[in-house]
Amino acid sequence: MESLEQIKARAEAAVPGAKIDIVPNPGPSQQSSLLIDNEHAPAVARFLRIDPALRLDFCSNATGVDWLDRTVKKTVKVKKVIDGVEKEVDETQAEFFPGYLEAVYHLYSMTHKHGPVIIRTHTADRADGARLPSLTPTWRSAEFQEREIFDLYGIRFDGHPDLRRILMWDEFVDHPMRKDYREPDDYEYEPTPHDDVLERAKQHYTARPQLDGAENITAQK
Amino acid sequence: MSATIQTLEPPRGMTSSLDGELLEVSMGPQHPSTHGVFRMNVALEGEIVRKLKPVFGYLHRNHEKIGENTSYLGSMPYTDRLDYFCSMTNNWAYALSVEKLAGIEVPERAEYLRVILAELTRLQNHASLLGFLLSDMGAWGTPLMYAFREREKILDLFESLSGSRMMCDYMRFGGCRVDAGPDWMERAEKIVDAFPRFLDEFEALILSNEIVIARTQEVGKLSADLAINAGITGPMLRACGVNYDVRKVDGYGFYPRFKFRVPLGEHGDTYDRLMMRALEMRESVGILKQAFEEIPAGPIMNPKVKIRAFRPSVGEAYGRIEAPKGELGFYLISNGGTNPYRYRVRPPSFINLTVLEDLCLGHTVADVMVILGSVDIVMGEVDR
Amino acid sequence: MIGLGILKGMAVTARNFVGSYFEKDRLITVQYPEERSPLPENYRNFPFLIYDTDDPAAGLRCVACKICEKECPPQCIYIIKSEDKKPDYMGKPQFYPAVFDIDISVCMSCQICVEVCPFEAIKMDKVYELSRRERFDALLIRKGELSKSNTYYHSICSTEATEVDAKLAEAAAKKKPAPPPSSAVAAATPATA
Repeated sequence: MESLEQIKARAEAAVPGAKIDIVPNPGPSQQSSLLIDNEHAPAVARFLRIDPALRLDFCSNATGVDWLDRTVKKTVKVKKVIDGVEKEVDETQAEFFPGYLEAVYHLYSMTHKHGPVIIRTHTADRADGARLPSLTPTWRSAEFQEREIFDLYGIRFDGHPDLRRILMWDEFVDHPMRKDYREPDDYEYEPTPHDDVLERAKQHYTARPQLDGAENITAQK
Repeated sequence: MSATIQTLEPPRGMTSSLDGELLEVSMGPQHPSTHGVFRMNVALEGEIVRKLKPVFGYLHRNHEKIGENTSYLGSMPYTDRLDYFCSMTNNWAYALSVEKLAGIEVPERAEYLRVILAELTRLQNHASLLGFLLSDMGAWGTPLMYAFREREKILDLFESLSGSRMMCDYMRFGGCRVDAGPDWMERAEKIVDAFPRFLDEFEALILSNEIVIARTQEVGKLSADLAINAGITGPMLRACGVNYDVRKVDGYGFYPRFKFRVPLGEHGDTYDRLMMRALEMRESVGILKQAFEEIPAGPIMNPKVKIRAFRPSVGEAYGRIEAPKGELGFYLISNGGTNPYRYRVRPPSFINLTVLEDLCLGHTVADVMVILGSVDIVMGEVDR
Repeated sequence: MIGLGILKGMAVTARNFVGSYFEKDRLITVQYPEERSPLPENYRNFPFLIYDTDDPAAGLRCVACKICEKECPPQCIYIIKSEDKKPDYMGKPQFYPAVFDIDISVCMSCQICVEVCPFEAIKMDKVYELSRRERFDALLIRKGELSKSNTYYHSICSTEATEVDAKLAEAAAKKKPAPPPSSAVAAATPATA
């Protein structure tokens, strides 16, 4: 199979205007991915599927990932003028990366038996801009998986034939897999005796009814 | 749950005034044949299915979020509970993904042990599936009990090796937890040697039965193009004639050393899916016999891997295996900490359900149960 | 002839039915609760704490290091360390757990606590007849019920217990080059095989 640079070059040639970047993977697995811009993602996906050399006809996995706002601090050597003398000083620079949600697709080819080619799409932000183009018209296996990403992360997929919740019930409001999801407090909880959990659960206790003599039965030894 | 089929307009062609509306029926979630808490909203015209929407999520435990809050080792017992019939293969898929993520090598004996246990899992899963499918067709549990008799022997093997029949928690990153002594090997070899006799008996019981043939042939035909596009994997895909088995394609875990064939179907109907499982059981017996002969002595754990405070380097990895139900994959993103940043399970049963509607259209209600049985779903995996 | 397949299947069933009276292989159930199937040695179901001598308080091996509490995936162990120290089986003063509870309605018997314990203090038990009449307090097992003696451990897992004893004796011999064998180690030598 071709390298990612070659795939990127050919995809950019086939779909004019597409902006594709390579996202390197620092770990030992060496599975780097292609970041595709949202406007051209369906066209690039279609190219990846129909191109005779690649024939990536099997979308194995579609995942959502949540990235919160991050501030990365770096210590950089900076040349500064102090008392008229130019010196190199250590300065801490903070870089702010705004948060976003992303969808990651793992593509394989059943005809050529190669893969994986990993593509990613980012949303604009984590609130109203959480929209992505749906790749279900290209690979039908993304149908249920994109519904699951919508259910658990809140990304709306434009062009999906049937976008509704799949694992949570329809009237559910929040998106459970987001990193800032807070569990609701109104559940029946069987307390394991950890302090704050027990305190929170005690607020929902009701008084035990009179058991009419059954309370004298003890646990068998 | 209020999920219903949104529009119930009668399909094209129904113009006679005697034709009525479609009747909407909810099959499940409490149903003895739906393989767990699974619900299907079907719109029926008489007895024929016109629309079918699967509804699930009743067993959703948000396993992926638990994975984000638990260490890598601590998620291993939770993976047992995904596809609770095949806990060994779930463990292997997860261990494989973490080993890819952190670049860990596995010693030879451990790889052979993993292959042996995975093939034993495949044997008992396919046997149970045939038993369950026949129960759904109305065989009242006789084939199921035959399958379970063999399954009990295999589960006894798992119990004496790992301590638990179903929730084995056996694989570790870099090898296996407990070594299998020579008496375990002997018992396992005896069971595997007796297996072809059981398979002959089982096939004589089921596969030439006229009722089974009448109910499963030409029912639920799946074309190869739709199967590839919908991401179907496992025996369901190979029944359509597509030669894609992750054991052959990826060649993980010493599978290239074993000689085995991949059975392929022709028609893609339910009978072919049934036959796939029967034939794969025979191939698994072949692999097991080879593995028992070739397994070397040696260590079963990579000594450089830490048990506690295991921190893989920053990066991501996707590891997949051929589980008995299809391609089971784990996608892990690590940010250098003790817990994964993103932990995703690629569930084969969930994705195989994409085509359920296409398979069932035009068939009767009775066929729906047969088709669902041949898709081979386990709700622990569909909902996670 | 139509129906031949069905007749073949019925022949298989008949052979199994008649055979179950004669061949042991075809009868696979036991009459529980009068009979119980024997459990293999590796079988595990819920942990327990080991104490060495006959005294559950003094001989308890656990030093409340809280590693098992941290590593437990469903977080079902609850430990409160004691304020004072008491001598352990080797004579060295160690902390001990004042409170050690395991919630068995949460515990999934994954035995990760056993794997990470550096002191061989917690091992897996084999009891499975644990039904209670109450859902909350009765399923919380406290230190008293959890502590079982080393002889009990030998009776349920003899090979593993002998290995553990050998390891502990080796560690004790390494620490003190010419030790007077402490009574705890001598009492732990297996009397039952």
